[in-house]
Amino acid sequence: MDSASHITLAALGQQLLVGLSRTTILFIVSSGLSLILGVLRIPNVSHGSLYMIGAFVTYSVATFIGGQTGFWVALAVAPVAVGLLALAVERGIFCHLYEREHLMLLLFTFSLMLVLGDVVKLIWGSDYRSLAAPPMMQGSFSLGGMPFPRYNLFLLILGPLVAVGLWALTNKTKIGKIARAAAVDREMVAAMGINVSWVFAFVFCLGCLMAGLGGALVAPTQNITQGMDHAIIMEAFLIVIIGGLGNMWGALLGAAIFGITDSIGILVWPQFAIVFPYVAVTIVLVFRPKGLLKSTW
Amino acid sequence: MHQQKLLSSRSLILVAVMLAALAIFPTMVSRYYIYLVALMLVTGLLATSLNMVLGFGGMYQFNHAVFYGVGAYAAALLTVRGGVNPWWGYLLGPVVAAALSLLMGLICVRLSKLYFGMLQISLGSLVWAVVFRWYSFTGGDDGMHGVPVPPLISSIDGAYYFVLIVTVVCLAVMYLIVNSPFGRVFESIRDNPERAEAIGVNVRLHQLIGLVIAGFFGGVAGTLFVTVEGSVFPDMLFWTLSLEIIIMCLLGGWFTFLGPMLGGGMVVALRAVVGIYTDYWTMVLGIILMLLIFFLPQGVLGFFTARLGRGQAAGEGD
Repeated sequence: MDSASHITLAALGQQLLVGLSRTTILFIVSSGLSLILGVLRIPNVSHGSLYMIGAFVTYSVATFIGGQTGFWVALAVAPVAVGLLALAVERGIFCHLYEREHLMLLLFTFSLMLVLGDVVKLIWGSDYRSLAAPPMMQGSFSLGGMPFPRYNLFLLILGPLVAVGLWALTNKTKIGKIARAAAVDREMVAAMGINVSWVFAFVFCLGCLMAGLGGALVAPTQNITQGMDHAIIMEAFLIVIIGGLGNMWGALLGAAIFGITDSIGILVWPQFAIVFPYVAVTIVLVFRPKGLLKSTW
Repeated sequence: MHQQKLLSSRSLILVAVMLAALAIFPTMVSRYYIYLVALMLVTGLLATSLNMVLGFGGMYQFNHAVFYGVGAYAAALLTVRGGVNPWWGYLLGPVVAAALSLLMGLICVRLSKLYFGMLQISLGSLVWAVVFRWYSFTGGDDGMHGVPVPPLISSIDGAYYFVLIVTVVCLAVMYLIVNSPFGRVFESIRDNPERAEAIGVNVRLHQLIGLVIAGFFGGVAGTLFVTVEGSVFPDMLFWTLSLEIIIMCLLGGWFTFLGPMLGGGMVVALRAVVGIYTDYWTMVLGIILMLLIFFLPQGVLGFFTARLGRGQAAGEGD
């Protein structure tokens, strides 16, 4: 840990901002997971696979169209494509299983993860891809003498916007209110003459769309590879757990804890950087096993 | 509860026949099949050890691969880094796994169901991340290869018979545990924890003991894996393997004693067969799992024992 001695304040600040932009992506992915957990009570293990598909679709669309517009079109297309895929799976297979116990639902989404992982391998092969950020987002600007990538700034601005948008959707719109009511008491909602099955389909689709959006946003920041599904899903699950199941603000808080400990870890002890978030999660769970904020369960 | 013998004479004969077949089997086939069956036994033992808590305890142990991996790593590290006689690894590997299981259990056991599983998975990921990154000690993502094995069991035949004997002994011990008063209480906790608590059972303590037992035998399976493969790698601790072990239990039938053994063997055999024809093994596994959930939720052995109308065919009915 001898590198700890020459950490400057500027480096710390820069690393914090990197951590916060990572938080944006983690939040977007895990808020979708949290939404599905909160309303449908399903731990969707295939969420990471949808994130990976989002990233691959973004790559394909962006390189197919090319240029400045390519990325922005891809950013719109990929989440919708993932959402539609999720809707098809939900209506085709998943909606017949809602009566089963949690473990079976979890295992079903795991089987979906196994299948989707190989589908990605079939379509895109096992090579990794990389996508450059759109020209206007390339390069970096100076921040107290340290370079900070423009794209990360874009993520930093986008994060709060998505959070507010999602909050407005679940709290201010009719469908959002119905979904929250269904989370608390699905029989009662059904008794009001609302088709709960379609509410679930909407929520599942929306949650998975968030996974696709996260994948689209992460595409220019890292290699797009097989296995990115395994990494993100574990992180997203832990974020949702430490935040409080089904609590959107909990997902934000959890994502911030995860993103910041990870980036601080990279600065302090690079070799064990991935251990830091897990330690943070474990500490939180030892003291607050049901998460930091109130869970909807 | 009605009096019953530990094993009916019919299943005793069945077990004897199976054991005899497994014992003479290596004299008739090539090295590859001996290796494959050894791996099936190891994986079956691993699944059975998970089923101690999953099927019989109703606990969502989502990180069981960690104990498998830690048992294997402990044995390998003792011989490679500690330089001690490899036999010590067989003794201490499972003990280390059991100790880790106890530690994790102490933290998690107050939670129930999904929360329990999630905390287990996060603790398991912590262990995995350390093993994955600690290059100087564990070999990091490369793992460790060419782990020394005692000369007596270093040949493929020796390894096979060692695995067979240890597996049979472990299965017998687990069978006795399941059918002991402890096992009965454990099952009653699965079926109704509140009622068990009400009649004076210390639920948390029983669950903790169950976890330690499962962790111990998971660790035994890990040391056996080292015997067969001569190597360890971090994927042994990864959560996807943990969920795969749950699939094995589900496939064989988790309310039967030998179901997970069958399920583990089937997954290993299927992987070997499917691997010949295609690279897309995980897709095949995923589809099998989907079909299972839809059509055969009580597992293969569970299905047949239900069909036969006697819960005793596998020695353990409900």
